[in-house]
Amino acid sequence: MNKARLQSWGNYPPLPQSALNCYWRSELPEKLACASQKHGTVLPYGSGLSYGDSCLAASDHVLRIRPLDRYISADWETGGLVAEAGMSLGDILTLAIPQGWFLPVTPGTQHVTLGGAIANDVHGKNHHRRGTFGGHVRSFGLLRSDRGHLVCSQEVESDLYGATIGGLGLTGIITWAQIQLMPIRSSQIDCLTQRFGELDEFFELSAELDDQHEFCVSWIDCSKSERTTGRGIYIAGDFAPGGSLVYKRSHKFTFPFTPSTSLVNSLSLQLFNSIYWHQAPRVRSKSQIGYNQFFYPLDMISRWNLIYGRKGFRQYQCVIPEPEARNGIRAILDAVAKSGSGSFLSVLKRFGNVPSPGLLSFPRPGITLAIDVAQTDSLGTRLLPRLDDIVRGIGGRLYPAKDSHMSAADFQRSYPEWRRLEELRDPVLLSHFWKRVTQ
Amino acid sequence: MKKILIVGATSAIATACARLWAVQGAKLFLVGRNSAKLECAAADLCVRGAVGAHSWQLDFGDVSSYREMTEQAVQTLGGLDIALIAHGTLPDQRACEQDPLLALRDFAINGTSVIGLLTVLANQLEQQGSGKIAVISSVAGERGRSSNYFYGSAKAAISVFCEGLRARLFRSGVSVTDIRPGFVATPMTEGLPLPSLLVAQPDAVARKIIAGIDRGVNVLYVPAFWSLAMMIIRNIPGFMFKRMNL
Repeated sequence: MNKARLQSWGNYPPLPQSALNCYWRSELPEKLACASQKHGTVLPYGSGLSYGDSCLAASDHVLRIRPLDRYISADWETGGLVAEAGMSLGDILTLAIPQGWFLPVTPGTQHVTLGGAIANDVHGKNHHRRGTFGGHVRSFGLLRSDRGHLVCSQEVESDLYGATIGGLGLTGIITWAQIQLMPIRSSQIDCLTQRFGELDEFFELSAELDDQHEFCVSWIDCSKSERTTGRGIYIAGDFAPGGSLVYKRSHKFTFPFTPSTSLVNSLSLQLFNSIYWHQAPRVRSKSQIGYNQFFYPLDMISRWNLIYGRKGFRQYQCVIPEPEARNGIRAILDAVAKSGSGSFLSVLKRFGNVPSPGLLSFPRPGITLAIDVAQTDSLGTRLLPRLDDIVRGIGGRLYPAKDSHMSAADFQRSYPEWRRLEELRDPVLLSHFWKRVTQ
Repeated sequence: MKKILIVGATSAIATACARLWAVQGAKLFLVGRNSAKLECAAADLCVRGAVGAHSWQLDFGDVSSYREMTEQAVQTLGGLDIALIAHGTLPDQRACEQDPLLALRDFAINGTSVIGLLTVLANQLEQQGSGKIAVISSVAGERGRSSNYFYGSAKAAISVFCEGLRARLFRSGVSVTDIRPGFVATPMTEGLPLPSLLVAQPDAVARKIIAGIDRGVNVLYVPAFWSLAMMIIRNIPGFMFKRMNL
């Protein structure tokens, strides 16, 4: 048993987990049986980059899958790759980029595991074109306590295939996965940047440019309200049509210590956001940047989550259907700005309508907003309920991978398919999140 | 293209070395106890760039099979440039103190099986007049500590054996590198109460190891600061050392 206690990325809720490291697929059935017998229930744990409590076992005992990091096969002619579930997306890039392939969908960090990317059906800046990660997963291995090793795909075990994509690690332990990579001709990104003065301009830029580019996202200054609510920077990009194919390590610094209180406060927030917004070009401008800088700017600083101090932080990520989005997003941003909370990195993006094979997949057509907020004692009683009221009123919903507060009623209403997942859940797998929103 | 034999190929440090060699396009012959695990490792290394990765299941207790394994490796690889011996266990010190059979069984894995393998490999490399032998011993082999002298004494045996073998093979142009890792985060050390600042990652250790083998270093401490630490520890007088709670 590993002595190190694991938490989720937000370091909130404070529920330290004991970990049993899993090194070999062949040893998994025994480890799962032993651990579940000893602790009642367990949960597979990848890199622990879910923000809230969806990666924390209800028993506080997890099976750590990250050491399962072997390739099984790769076909560099077709871009088909099979690897164990603990392999990180960054590991995949080390081999794939020099061969002219890239992840078809990537979240904002390359440290997530393949298993975690499937279990949370992660999305990226190209959701409007390619949907979620799960849409590019041809098949995967699933270990269940009641049925042993299974292979799931759209053709075989299709129920479990759909339930496992976005299934929060509850349907079994994903042991390996076969994914389809995306061809690239360069590892550089042709990038278009333009700042905008308030929220309506985001909608105009998005409507004009999203269709023309593979990757689109906007950074939002969440400290601004009223006249300048939702000012930000619109960023679009495409892989350059030619050039070199080079993998580069993203890590540059490690955040050195855990401050006793959050270094993100209303003063540092306004200062940083103001500087960041003003340095962005006023008119549309083009540049070429490396893929790390474009996709993974935060991976440059290892353990950046410690900036929020010992109490940790939460992320609020919602998706709002399009007709209500303008007013809804504005109301949320106003509420956040008035509270003085919010973060350096708030993100706004329009999701497309590419369907996901996942039963409980978060993305749906509409606008998604993600805001980090430092944990305070009053956060759960003031700002979050206020935001929940807004999201509920306009038919939006929250992202389980980021969540640590959603009420059972809100979850069950916005994810009506949850009962089906509960039916297909492996009886020995249970997370704090699932317990909180279903029991 | 390097032709490399790795014994104990599924251990964490050996895996990390093998991955670096695979990226360089080496041809690998992987030896271990568990054929299912070896197959997983071989597939992984091929995807990472190894020209070939063959696995060979070996029962370390069957000394008579060492020669066949070596011949097979040389034949499959088409020669032999590097032999890395990396297998081992961390004996349960308390249990060994109570059970001589267990103590000798662990000594056979960490000590005598290595001596047996080196004896066979030395003749092969001496005959071909080239090649590099590398053995993972441990800083634990330098002083007998009350907390792990079953492990330490086996590692001490292979270190002294390597020193003698190095002198013999020197004339044939074969190097023998005695690799002495400090604390490394591996399944073997999992759960031990080690000071986290002193624990190295297998990947970092492996980079030093493959560079050291290439240079034909005699004794390689990884990470390097252990060289200084062990110099101090070696010089603690016996009357003091026995009173220290190490």
